[in-house]
Amino acid sequence: MAEVLVYVDHVDGSVRKPTLELLTLARRIGEPVAVALGNGAADTAATLAEHGAVKVLTHEAAEYADYLVVPKVDALQAAHEAVSPAAVLVPSSAEGKEIAARLALRLGSGIITDAVDLEAGDEGPVATQSVFAASFTTKSRVSKGTPVITVKPNSAAVEPAPAAGAVEALNVTFSDTATGTKVTGRTQRESTGRPDLTEAAIVVSGGRGVNGAENFAIIEALADSLGAAVGASRAAVDAGWYPHSNQVGQTGKSVSPQLYIASGISGAIQHRAGMQTSKTIVAINKDAEAPIFDLVDYGIVGDLFDVVPALTEEIRTRKG
Amino acid sequence: MSLRIVVTVKYVPDATGDRHFADDLTVDRDDVDGLLSELDEYAVEQALRISENSDDAVEITVLTVGPEDAKDALRKALSMGADKAIHVEDDDIHGTDAIGTSLILAKTVEKAGYDLVISGMASTDGTMGVVPALLAERLGVPQVTLLSEVSVEDGTVKGRRDGDAASENLEASLPAVVSVTDQSGEARYPSFKGIMAAKKKPVESWDLSDLDLEAEEVGLEGAYTTVDNAAERPARTAGTIVKDEGEGGKQLAEFLAGQKFI
Ligand SMILES: Cc1cc2nc3c(=O)[nH]c(=O)nc-3n(C[C@H](O)[C@H](O)[C@H](O)COP(=O)(O)OP(=O)(O)OC[C@H]3O[C@@H](n4cnc5c(N)ncnc54)[C@H](O)[C@@H]3O)c2cc1C
Ligand SMILES: Cc1cc2nc3c(=O)[nH]c(=O)nc-3n(C[C@H](O)[C@H](O)[C@H](O)COP(=O)(O)OP(=O)(O)OC[C@H]3O[C@@H](n4cnc5c(N)ncnc54)[C@H](O)[C@@H]3O)c2cc1C
Repeated sequence: MAEVLVYVDHVDGSVRKPTLELLTLARRIGEPVAVALGNGAADTAATLAEHGAVKVLTHEAAEYADYLVVPKVDALQAAHEAVSPAAVLVPSSAEGKEIAARLALRLGSGIITDAVDLEAGDEGPVATQSVFAASFTTKSRVSKGTPVITVKPNSAAVEPAPAAGAVEALNVTFSDTATGTKVTGRTQRESTGRPDLTEAAIVVSGGRGVNGAENFAIIEALADSLGAAVGASRAAVDAGWYPHSNQVGQTGKSVSPQLYIASGISGAIQHRAGMQTSKTIVAINKDAEAPIFDLVDYGIVGDLFDVVPALTEEIRTRKG
Repeated sequence: MSLRIVVTVKYVPDATGDRHFADDLTVDRDDVDGLLSELDEYAVEQALRISENSDDAVEITVLTVGPEDAKDALRKALSMGADKAIHVEDDDIHGTDAIGTSLILAKTVEKAGYDLVISGMASTDGTMGVVPALLAERLGVPQVTLLSEVSVEDGTVKGRRDGDAASENLEASLPAVVSVTDQSGEARYPSFKGIMAAKKKPVESWDLSDLDLEAEEVGLEGAYTTVDNAAERPARTAGTIVKDEGEGGKQLAEFLAGQKFI
């Protein structure tokens, strides 16, 4: 069976969930061969093997952390030469898309970004994309070269499928441009202990209606009662009430959880672009005409300062 | 010393309009008004700020690849304060994908001459967020992308990239390709004076032959990707909407329990 390269997104050896989803999708097209780079690369092998990786190509070098994007492209190119895969799959993070794009160009291949589903087809893998703020669904293929496809988080269920996961060291020669952009400093984001926004099964978001940074505490309390991640609209972020890393929408995170709860968010097209594919959508807004109500499975027309605390209280009671 | 900045700007269908596909599965650009992709306003803004903070002479050229109407995007950027514009227009460009777009842009900036290319983080129609990286790869210069803060001094570009796990400080020597996010600083509105001045600023028109490109290298024919199908997402079935009369929180909890979220 053809091999499929899967780029591994990991933090010091701990594999992030979107990569495990990619392994599920890769198995529809062929045999997954994972590529793990940087500090802790080899530590990813056990998890990757559990989820279907027949082989794990690893390479550790300081370049991956010290310079932007290009060293990783060099490594994937080396992996491509070693394996001659039927496709290359990369998680659709901002960096993932940049890595994939440069790799595609080097391989003389086309690139498809932000696939939400992937299927084997007669002429190569067929990618489903959700476009124009999720108002259209397209099916596309890469028609030249090895298909390079980036896939959004939550596009497939994580399925265990034990495989060999044999670790092999990858030989990488860095290109002249690898050291072009130096990372001169790095500030790690503090963990809130809440689930990662793009991976969470439930997201609770607040907008301009929350009316102040301190009021986000009631949004957080609701999130915590559900074990959810917290999101925010750009209006709330621009006002400085919540960090940009929690913004949901076109220029923030795109989320696709089982449940999305929007409080004090009107539902502008750019916000909808980031949450419209959520399974169940709930909104609390005091304006019955707010466009967000066009999307909801359940909507409450009311003041979030009444509804949200009452809801949190009721959830806590029910959960005991 | 002088600094030549080329800002790439895309002309896109208004996101608040009824965007859809034409019969050949490319974006229908006739039925919806077009405009300068809002995220490219941030790129123009940063070019202007770099110019304002520079002791050297700075020349800002705005560049678009797009149909006749795309001149509107250039006019907007010129009225914000850019110095001149290049419009790459050719019927054979219709349907070009990301790989092809980056080829046209790379050829154009090479011909125009540049020290720094500034792009938006993503277009508001394709929203791929890959063109700046592709451009850097083609030009063989550093990519310093997704910056929420950018500055240029003594032939070096510095910036801050806010990623998922960390904020990174980046540095590269010019020439380079930069892309900026909407966190980089509010874009200015064109002043009346700016709008009047823009009318007199030069707009060059180049076609594929000016760039030594063949029709087969771009357009639908040259595309590396094929769209087989585009379907409108079915409208969501109307949900339940209730007015809070004091029991809203409880009712919502009931709904969530029914859906097994609690
Ligand atoms: C290029 C571009 C990119 C963008 N990217 C994004 C993006 O990624 N994400 C994003 O969110 N936006 C984005 N925007 C901005 C977007 O257009 C909207 O401005 C933004 O989403 C509005 O946020 P909001 O809904 O919180 O605020 P508003 O639109 O002001 O809505 C606030 C809502 O709260 C309700 N409300 C007020 N008080 C209460 C109360 N006490 N109880 C209940 N309800 C209350 C009001 O009725 C109103 O509906 C982008 C815009 C552009 C141009
Ligand atoms: C809904 C949709 C989905 C698409 N999916 C794919 C796909 O999966 N693969 C693919 O190869 N193509 C795809 N395309 C085509 C692709 O969008 C265009 O080829 C486009 O020119 C490049 O990608 P982008 O618009 O997403 O740009 P991005 O990479 O998002 O743009 C980043 C920046 O590049 C600059 N830029 C981009 N285009 C131009 C231009 N024409 N002129 C000047 N500057 C520009 C701007 O500064 C912009 O801010 C898609 C198009 C649409 C409308």
